[in-house]
Amino acid sequence: MPVQSILVTNEAGLHARPAAEFVKEANRHTASIQVRNLTTGSAWADAKSILSVLTLGVERGHEIEISTQGEGEVEALEALLHLLRTNFDGRL
Amino acid sequence: MQRLNGIAAAAGLAMGKAVRLIEFNLPLPSQTATEPKAEKERLQTALEQANAQLQALAEQVATRVGASEAQVFEAQRMFLSDPALMRKAEEHLSTGAEAGYAWYSACEFYAHQLESLEDETLRARAADVRDVAQRMLLALHGNAPRQTFEEGSILLARDLTPSQTATLDTTKVLAFCTAEGGPTSHTAILAKALGLPAVVGLGEAILEIEDGSLLLVDGTQGEVIAAPDEETRQAFLGRQQAMHAQRNAAMARAHEPAITQDGKRIHVMANIGNLDEIKNALQHGAEGVGLLRTEFLFLGRETPPQEEDQFKVYTNILTQFAGHPVIARTLDVGGDKFIPYLHLPKETNPYLGYRAIRISLNEPEAFKTQLRALLRAARLGKLRMMLPMVATLEEMRATKALLEEARQELSARGASFNPYMPVGMMVEVPAAALLAERFAQEVHFFSIGTNDLTQYTFAAERGNPRLAYLNDPCHPAILRLIERVTDAGRLADIWVGVCGEMAGDPEAIPLLLGLGVTELSMSPSLIPAAKEVVRTWRLEDARALAQEALRLSSAEEVRQAVRQAQPKTFN
Repeated sequence: MPVQSILVTNEAGLHARPAAEFVKEANRHTASIQVRNLTTGSAWADAKSILSVLTLGVERGHEIEISTQGEGEVEALEALLHLLRTNFDGRL
Repeated sequence: MQRLNGIAAAAGLAMGKAVRLIEFNLPLPSQTATEPKAEKERLQTALEQANAQLQALAEQVATRVGASEAQVFEAQRMFLSDPALMRKAEEHLSTGAEAGYAWYSACEFYAHQLESLEDETLRARAADVRDVAQRMLLALHGNAPRQTFEEGSILLARDLTPSQTATLDTTKVLAFCTAEGGPTSHTAILAKALGLPAVVGLGEAILEIEDGSLLLVDGTQGEVIAAPDEETRQAFLGRQQAMHAQRNAAMARAHEPAITQDGKRIHVMANIGNLDEIKNALQHGAEGVGLLRTEFLFLGRETPPQEEDQFKVYTNILTQFAGHPVIARTLDVGGDKFIPYLHLPKETNPYLGYRAIRISLNEPEAFKTQLRALLRAARLGKLRMMLPMVATLEEMRATKALLEEARQELSARGASFNPYMPVGMMVEVPAAALLAERFAQEVHFFSIGTNDLTQYTFAAERGNPRLAYLNDPCHPAILRLIERVTDAGRLADIWVGVCGEMAGDPEAIPLLLGLGVTELSMSPSLIPAAKEVVRTWRLEDARALAQEALRLSSAEEVRQAVRQAQPKTFN
């Protein structure tokens, strides 16, 4: 069950488009994916649910933690981290 | 006769009969049902129906208004397939809840969660969740009255939500007028998507207008007139016909040059931020690119683009604009634009922070890569470069030193390039406008970025709706700064252009001509009308108007003076 934290650096945090792209990417993987906002000390939320991700209130400069479990868990984690590291890889 | 003023949300004129939108509150469905399995199936069917409606709406808005405005409907679609929302709804179903009640309760749960967040934009999403709940209730209890309209109706409502449009027959509606909402509300977006004029934020008074009253809607000025007298009605009809004729004439002459009545040619160019906009610019009669925002080459990548990649893109643009000038602005990031590989820190005041030329001069290798690509492409067409956010002469000179290094690097490797590529600068920092005569010794042209110049002169950020009154570039304070720049340009014999929104504003154009601006660059769709404005003026009259405007004391007074001085052929 890989877990990793990452600093959110893109302008809008995980609101609007970025949140939607994050959730769309999560839904491309079969592993179950949880995410929480370390900066606000939130509970774990379902990364495949746009409403759950929005309610984490992730803003630029917040640190989040992603945890994946099940089939393809390593790839799933890497794909989401890649999105965040590359300002959503040109998808915005 | 009654005049109501609101916010202009979608341009255009319409005359028709007032029809009040019938607002119905769906009865909250009964809490209990007998068969959870059957309710689950009803819910599935309704979800599919709502999804299809939203998809159609998103596509329509994307084509007619823009992809970014369509995003809100795409986001609403995502709620329909949200697993957490579905789990909540299923919990209610398993305790015997009716499908509509289960979905409604689940949506309310998340709407409350969103409302408790600190961030304003996230709190605003609660309304979207509730709108999805309404849409689903409509789909599940599909007996909501479908309001029908007669030909020539003008729809009056408190506000329009996307779900309401599910039951609206908009084919016979000529315009929207709402009591609430702002220029970016759903009503505004929907009106633009449908190509209808709209005035929003008219207040309660608009809801008190009797059904069937004759209404004149001016979506350009944001005015609604109820029960007009005959004279007003005739005048409005005249304006409507003139506007129609004018638009057709402008489009028909879009490809002809813009020459004033007394023979002065003004170059009307396009602002472009990606390759997809080129076709549109050419169709609207652009005489080149007055502002090529090169950021699109740099955004959304992990590493900076190579010289060769950039060279190919610049060459491609020059080819498409065959023979016309293309002015490339070097990388302008920071502020609201963010590039991951530069590792820029979050700043408290990004618009006053580390951005544009300030970054480029600190990243000389990346900057020189762009300069080399530009120098090489400049051999193949009329390419010019300009620098964003220049505030001091030292920045200008440091750039020229790097440009010289770039030339030497190209010579050393035997590459062919144009060493005489003209170099200009944006004037958008007040300090640069104040020292324009000094800068004029260093550059081949000035292009005034009126959006930033206004924002920095009034110390008022552009996107803040409460500061909208500090955002008019027609204010004499801005006109005086522009005059300093055009005076400096005239003395040094270099041309001065404008590439902010002001360049495409029909009321601002005569002022700019009168101050000595000879190049206007704007969004492609504004070009035909801007050329028409140039054609109606005599330079001499525009000069007199500009001199008068410089002595006035507010933007409103200036605009008033422009309207009064308007040549008769222009409505």
